[in-house]
Amino acid sequence: MKTFVYIDHFNGEVQPASWEALGLAKTFGATIALVFGANANDVVKTALEYGADEVIVADDSTLKDYRAEMYASTLSALASSLSPNLILFPTTARTRELSAMSAVDLNTGVFTDVTGLEVNGNNVTATRPIYEGKLFEKVTCAGKPVMATIRGRAFPKPNREAGKNGTITKVEAKGEAKSTVEGYSASESAVNLGDASIIVSGGRGVSNNPALTPPAGLDEKQAEVWRAQQGFALVTELAKVLGGAVGASRAAVDAGYIPYSHQVGQTGKVVAPDLYIANGISGAIQHLVGMRNAKVIVAINKDVDAPIFKAARYGVVGDLFAILPALTDVLKKKLGK
Amino acid sequence: MKIIACIKQVPDSEAKVKVEGGKISWGDSPLVINPFDEYAVEGALLQREANAGSTVTALCVGGESAKDALKHALAMGADEAILVSDSALENLDTVGAAKVLAAAIQKIGDVDMVIFGRQTLDNGAGLTPAQTARVLGWGMLGLAGQIQVKERSVQVERVIEEGRQTVKANLPVVISVVQSIGEPRYPSFMGIRKASKAVIPIWSLSDLGITAPVAIITRNELINPPVRETVVEMITGESPAEIAEKLADKILAEKVL
Repeated sequence: MKTFVYIDHFNGEVQPASWEALGLAKTFGATIALVFGANANDVVKTALEYGADEVIVADDSTLKDYRAEMYASTLSALASSLSPNLILFPTTARTRELSAMSAVDLNTGVFTDVTGLEVNGNNVTATRPIYEGKLFEKVTCAGKPVMATIRGRAFPKPNREAGKNGTITKVEAKGEAKSTVEGYSASESAVNLGDASIIVSGGRGVSNNPALTPPAGLDEKQAEVWRAQQGFALVTELAKVLGGAVGASRAAVDAGYIPYSHQVGQTGKVVAPDLYIANGISGAIQHLVGMRNAKVIVAINKDVDAPIFKAARYGVVGDLFAILPALTDVLKKKLGK
Repeated sequence: MKIIACIKQVPDSEAKVKVEGGKISWGDSPLVINPFDEYAVEGALLQREANAGSTVTALCVGGESAKDALKHALAMGADEAILVSDSALENLDTVGAAKVLAAAIQKIGDVDMVIFGRQTLDNGAGLTPAQTARVLGWGMLGLAGQIQVKERSVQVERVIEEGRQTVKANLPVVISVVQSIGEPRYPSFMGIRKASKAVIPIWSLSDLGITAPVAIITRNELINPPVRETVVEMITGESPAEIAEKLADKILAEKVL
């Protein structure tokens, strides 16, 4: 079976699930990686090293900034002329739009957030979460090519073979842009929960440290947020020591403790890290569906009846403001950091 | 500006959704406006306030019951609401939904801006906004956290994995919004009264002059997520340091670091 894999990058920084998609495609046969955008030579080289048989490059200067319309037209033209059976993408902000538009052009369908993919001859069945992971569905697509955006960390990352070569084919951009990118600012704290192998999270409980005295002049709400920010500083400290990302419950986000980009669970990110440490999170159903597929879950909470303990492998009932910094210290020493 | 807020009705986010007899069940939980779409309505209302002479129409494809979701949008402050409902629309995938919405938007006519939430809670694909833009042939401004209109030009702050971008396009345009657009306002008392009296027109496919789109995606099976048998091991000790020591050893033994 012939598969296209769209390598999603931003100024040359590749979204890691692109390589996982490449590894998955290899298990089905011939794999052609697609790299769009200017100055993507390194991305092309890396795609070959991760196992692409061929790379098709559209590095027209008009593709320098991602604009969904042109990217989709370029992809649709390639799919029409080369007739792949399947097009895989990592699931990102860009690929949702790009695959969505191409599917309209090609009169086919897209499966998003795919966690399982079975191929039987040329028939593709995808497994994907619905209702934010409360259920899964198995779906098939009558159109061709079948398009699927895969969830980060759902498929293994392939091995990289340094210096591996392959065919590189250059093609032109197609279509017309309908927007211009005027500026960019990097996020203060890069949050990519979907790709994180370790997540340290905080909930409403991080604002309850009685030992803290907020600075004078804050009203009640400001004082609460100030307390929570001190709590999240402890969460962040442990995340740093472990090389992990900082997550949060919806309650913490809604209370204004931390930006939405950190939210785990329904209406936020669904994650599956190797280690998830929940601090002061009670474990509402919406949060649990977002993180219960973590390999090891650790919960620290003062309430012994908190539902989070039902999902956890290890639990501590106690004062997180004492235990969390102690845990950070011990792990720092044991990991030699 | 003529602004459309596209909304959907979904089971409440607190619902315990399960497969029962091959069908999706959400128990006694109510059907509500998709929470992401409340941000779309909020975004539309903010644009109406910022651009004198604008109107907001809430548009929904769904069954009769979806009138309640439209009433919520009216109670928040939308000027009018339209429901597209047809028994031929049982199996609608995202491309199909985009075709129906695009036909409704063209029937409404002279629309400048269509605003969506980023995704729905049920299917969760987040494809329909871009697909509607593609069917209409309009520009797409995805994942906007802020919208500013100057004459016929729209500028948004786009929130992506890597940070924030400033992106510009011309009207007419399709926009999907994220939470930073602003907390959805609560329906006012007057709004609720107005909504309860509102007569919501129902458009069928023949009103739109189209036939039912053929579903390209078929659902073959529904699966409850595997129940993981985890037995929690409680870590106790005399002091935080002792607990931390024991917990750290347990975590290290799992070989996940």
